[in-house]
Amino acid sequence: MKIRAQVGMVLNLDKCIGCHTCSVTCKNVWTTREGVEYAWFNNVETKPGTGYPRDWESQKRWNGGWRRKANGQIEPRMGAKWRILSKIFANPDLPEIDDYYEPFDFDYATLQTSPEVKAFPTARPRSKITGERMEKIERGPNWEEILGGEFSKRSADYNFEGVEAAIYGEYENTFMMYLPRLCEHCLNPTCVAACPSGAIYKREEDGIVLIDQDKCRGWRMCVSACPYKKIYYNWSSGKSEKCTFCFPRVEAGQPTVCSETCVGRIRYLGVLLYDADAIGAAAAAPAEKDLYQAQLDLFLDPHDPKVIAQARADGIPEPWLEAARRSPVYKMAMEWKVAFPLHPEYRTLPMVWYVPPLSPIQSAAASDALATNAGMPDVRSLRIPVRYLANMLTAGDEAPVVTALERMIALRSYMRAKVVEDRIDEPLARSVGLTPAALDDMYRYMAIANYEDRFVIPTVRRETSEDVQDLKGACGFTFGNGCSGGSTEIGLFGPKKRSRAVKVMEL
Amino acid sequence: MDLNQILFGVYPYIALTVLALGSVIRFDREQYTWRSGSSQLLRRKQLMAGSVLFHLGVLVIFAGHFVGLLTPLAVFDAIGVTHGAKQILAMAAGGVAGLMCLAGCVLLLHRRLFDARIRKTSSFSDIAILILLTMQLLLGLATIPLSAAHLDGHEMVKFMSWAQGIFTLQPGAAGHVADAHPIFKAHLVLGMTILLLFPFTRLVHMLSAPVWYLGRRGWQVVRTRRALRAPSGPAVHARATTQIAK
Repeated sequence: MKIRAQVGMVLNLDKCIGCHTCSVTCKNVWTTREGVEYAWFNNVETKPGTGYPRDWESQKRWNGGWRRKANGQIEPRMGAKWRILSKIFANPDLPEIDDYYEPFDFDYATLQTSPEVKAFPTARPRSKITGERMEKIERGPNWEEILGGEFSKRSADYNFEGVEAAIYGEYENTFMMYLPRLCEHCLNPTCVAACPSGAIYKREEDGIVLIDQDKCRGWRMCVSACPYKKIYYNWSSGKSEKCTFCFPRVEAGQPTVCSETCVGRIRYLGVLLYDADAIGAAAAAPAEKDLYQAQLDLFLDPHDPKVIAQARADGIPEPWLEAARRSPVYKMAMEWKVAFPLHPEYRTLPMVWYVPPLSPIQSAAASDALATNAGMPDVRSLRIPVRYLANMLTAGDEAPVVTALERMIALRSYMRAKVVEDRIDEPLARSVGLTPAALDDMYRYMAIANYEDRFVIPTVRRETSEDVQDLKGACGFTFGNGCSGGSTEIGLFGPKKRSRAVKVMEL
Repeated sequence: MDLNQILFGVYPYIALTVLALGSVIRFDREQYTWRSGSSQLLRRKQLMAGSVLFHLGVLVIFAGHFVGLLTPLAVFDAIGVTHGAKQILAMAAGGVAGLMCLAGCVLLLHRRLFDARIRKTSSFSDIAILILLTMQLLLGLATIPLSAAHLDGHEMVKFMSWAQGIFTLQPGAAGHVADAHPIFKAHLVLGMTILLLFPFTRLVHMLSAPVWYLGRRGWQVVRTRRALRAPSGPAVHARATTQIAK
């Protein structure tokens, strides 16, 4: 057994209001540069929908993730190493920018500079790639927002597998949910496996998957290999870029920008300990439905003295072990089993997990005799089909999703009894396999969700990797050219100078 | 010093020096700029066929020139390949690969010049190098009819002697090609110019062709900044990140 630690994330979809604050703050921090205008390291999709980029979930189309071969081994769906290299001149599995959207801006200046005209002046769109006029915007960053567009197009959603999609196109039966997405920082990342340059790597200390921008040569295999389509090719720099899990913040013990700014307080960050030696076997689990359980089996109990001893031997710092014991992610994924990986069937063992959303009782069920189960509404009568959630979160296995939803409903009944009736409903807690104490904890973490409960992030132990004496007087952040500021302005008579004086206008 | 000596006795050394030093300096100082510069994301059309044809063709041509020009004559004599046979092989293989490459070049050049997305995102060097490569291909293909006029291989031997003379620092190397046809000479000069420009263009990506990927053990790459502890003795400080293939 080789124990490693990773900072994982859980998103409580039950509380996501689809405000896009995570996406916008992420974009403002990371991707406002030329070449990645179209890239959203974090985006929020309205489901059902085909998503961004178009149909990203359909690996028949994009060949992302892993495939289990007849001999029980796994290899990227793109193929063996020689098959991947053979795609280097032209990659048939690469999306085109139109599958995301052609980035655009509007001629806002015309609103101010327009002469007096009869019709109100308009700001028309212009491509951020060519700078030319776009007569019609075909697609945008959040094209299916709040079920925008026809149902016939949205029903191509991969998660409708095994669901009678047609009836959900009717107004009475319609349902929707939000799905914020970012890089999953997988335990078995296909992007890393498919990078011919070896530029993408997983950090041993905290599990963050990063692209070495100096070593990336732009072979763009990672874009295809990632089944979540969370690696973006920067068309300006010719390098691939991805969510960094805000590593400079996480190293300092701060939450990622998307988590920090989440107004719904739906995001949780915490340490998970896992057995690195067992990753290969877990990812190669025979049946797709076994993958969720296989990943759970990788996670180790941070309270177990044997695990603690082995973790210390493997060099995991003490504050990380303490953080693992207080990890909200461990509680939700392992103790209460209310959080699930996104599409475990891709065999990447993703590390950003999701609490499925509850939804209103179907009107049909509500008007008729409501299907109930021990005093609680049957989760199968919720508006969002359980099968749909299971296709998204457990490779189609409905039982774990049903349990999670029941626990979330039980939490509400339990708290109602406690607060309104001043009664501890222990049988109710037992009926969903939990104790009253566990439900109290769930309430604290999932309903109250205080900052210090949501984010339990140990800082990087810099002293274990660097000699601080060397750092004294060294330059801090640089662009890689020694201590220069990265400015390469060259002039025959020294760097260009310009006046710092603010220009004033004479009236 | 006559023009022939400057072009074929001095210029090769300038070109090769800039090629070597320029590539090393760029790799060392500006590795962020070292990339293939793929534009497939912006426009798939014409790239799928164009890029494959171009690259397969150019790899065959490159290998042919490398082996054909730099293998010592004695080796061909020892294995019993006559100069005439070698020339026929070069013309046939080079002709086929050249036509493939040319088809690819035309597709890629048309796309680069006339597709707004590609044109607007191309640098001067992206367009210039593609035009130069196309011209070089046309010159190379134009030498085939010339070669067909003398199939005994003696003309080809001149170029081999010149190229090997340059690499073995023979002062009189330029003399070998003094009476070559102007098309051959133009092909040589443009070829050396492409070598000269190589470090300043996207062509550098060929130096990092990721063939080593085939030898990677396992699939995953993990890096650590943690002090690597030696089996016995004090902790070793890992300055650089360490790669562990899982």
